[in-house]
Amino acid sequence: MSIEVRHITKTFGEFTALRDVSLTVGTGELVALLGPSGSGKTTLLRIIAGLEEPDPGSGPIRFHDEDVADRSVASRQVGFVFQHYALFRHMSVFENVAFGLRVRPRRLRPSRTSIKRRVLRLLKLVQLETFAHRYPHQLSGGQRQRVALARALAIEPKVLLLDEPFGALDAKVRKELRQWLRRLHEDLHITSVFVTHDQDEALELADRVVVMNEGRIEQIGTPDEVFHHPATEFVTTFLGQVNFFRGRVENGKLHFAALTWDAPEHAHAPAQPVRVFVRPYDLEVTTCRNGAPCFSARVDRVHSAGPNVRLDLLAETGERLSVELSQERYRASRIAPGSQVFVTPRDVKVFRDS
Amino acid sequence: MTPMRMQWKQPSVLPGFGLTMGLTLTYLSLLVLIPLGALGLRASGMGWGEFWAAVSDPRVVASYRLSLATALAAAAVNAVFGLLVAWVLVRYRFPGKRLVDAMVDLPFALPTAVSGITLTTLYAKTGWIGAWLDKVGISVAYTPVGITVALVFIGLPFVVRTLQPALEDLERETEEAAASLGANRWQTFRRVLFPSIWPALLAGFAMALARGLGEYGSVVFISGNLPMKTEIAPLLIVSKLEQYDYAGACAIAVVLLAASFALLLSINVLQGWSRRYQITT
Repeated sequence: MSIEVRHITKTFGEFTALRDVSLTVGTGELVALLGPSGSGKTTLLRIIAGLEEPDPGSGPIRFHDEDVADRSVASRQVGFVFQHYALFRHMSVFENVAFGLRVRPRRLRPSRTSIKRRVLRLLKLVQLETFAHRYPHQLSGGQRQRVALARALAIEPKVLLLDEPFGALDAKVRKELRQWLRRLHEDLHITSVFVTHDQDEALELADRVVVMNEGRIEQIGTPDEVFHHPATEFVTTFLGQVNFFRGRVENGKLHFAALTWDAPEHAHAPAQPVRVFVRPYDLEVTTCRNGAPCFSARVDRVHSAGPNVRLDLLAETGERLSVELSQERYRASRIAPGSQVFVTPRDVKVFRDS
Repeated sequence: MTPMRMQWKQPSVLPGFGLTMGLTLTYLSLLVLIPLGALGLRASGMGWGEFWAAVSDPRVVASYRLSLATALAAAAVNAVFGLLVAWVLVRYRFPGKRLVDAMVDLPFALPTAVSGITLTTLYAKTGWIGAWLDKVGISVAYTPVGITVALVFIGLPFVVRTLQPALEDLERETEEAAASLGANRWQTFRRVLFPSIWPALLAGFAMALARGLGEYGSVVFISGNLPMKTEIAPLLIVSKLEQYDYAGACAIAVVLLAASFALLLSINVLQGWSRRYQITT
């Protein structure tokens, strides 16, 4: 079941949550809506579910070519998983999962035995079969989230929508559940959209990532595309750490931080100020000049606890930089706090000054 | 494992368990236990035969029945409409909301005699509302219906004030979850909302009921106090007192007290049972 939304706008009083957003999710895809809080990602998810209505004048919301914009949430048959689980606390785990089946009209309702069978199968799927008679408050956060997922899956949804599914969990459980959800998606292949503000989560889990900011979609692409070929300055800064320089392009050359960089792609652009971004691992650091274009900097701090070593540098032109290098290279380089180093970028992202 | 030991108090950062517990017991004894004990003592001085004669007098039995029936009816009406009022106050925003919210407390603050006289004036056959009702053949004042009206009036804040926090506690998301799972509004209310607020509703009902059983001031005016017909038990106690029949008054009071206590206790048990899912194991 594919999902397609066209030209969706949503305002809450003075606040515009979504500005003319269009998005297509293919059948069986797992898509992440990624953005900071207030970027409109949750609103978009809720509009797809039918929990929120888009402003009048917005385009259609299609599930597999059928416009469901006028349908209520109850009849859209979406599985929605809430950030804070929203379990029915007066019902046991079993009853929570059975809820969607029990509230069906009589002629569509499965028999008691078949409800029982289906619920137990789902509980097995989320690895909670021994918890059927517990109440939600007797479960851990990760277990509650799995109950919420089983409950959403019980109605055999056409699409699965998850709002910050791991947002309220601690880091370790979060990582485990993330991988588990990925495997589950590979088994079930339900078209799924999840909202997150955690770029690692989006990049690791999703087939495609939709990066949102201030009610607009900044870029849609595979994790690889958005990470390595960010379309906008926002995407560059939001996906991981970057170093920022003010620079200038002129005659196919890029000037920043006391160095000149060949930029043939800007050969025909008029001379203008630009904004330059370099990822910490795209900066090479040496203790002596090696002929490559470089600028000098002083090492301020060294953080060596971790898989990589992170250096805080102060460039001669005044910028504070963060550089990442491997432990071996760090040990071989004899860099220490206070030493002078020479910095050569390997890759830069350039955006026009706006 | 260390051997299990009965512990009276939990270690706490706030000291003063001994002091506060002592004060609590003294306070409750002075205010509740000693007066009630004296009541029982006085009644026990009568001897069984005399006691039984005092409480099984048909007029007294009729008054018990009336008190209980009207208090139950009023508490039930309050449970329904109090829930509605609390729902509107919690869920909706409208102009004058604070005013309406404050109005709910008026029955608490108004001297009961004032409310009794006001209600009587309104609902008497010549009153603003009573005149209209009289045309369709309903008489309120000087009937059990009138008593119920008075008890509804004074019981309303109990239900509303107990329900409000419970309603505010409801997660809006659980309702959305129910809807996304295909439940219609009625199913969402019956299966999701109602079970969550049921303990609070019971508590409000119990308080309104307890208040109704003992209410005197607002009822005596509207009831008309016809023996066997519209005479409530508290009124009978007062009239016994006026005839210097202290023991008789005590006997009636003891039965009323025992009945109220039994009712409240059973409601509490029911409440505890309906909260079983919140008890950590």
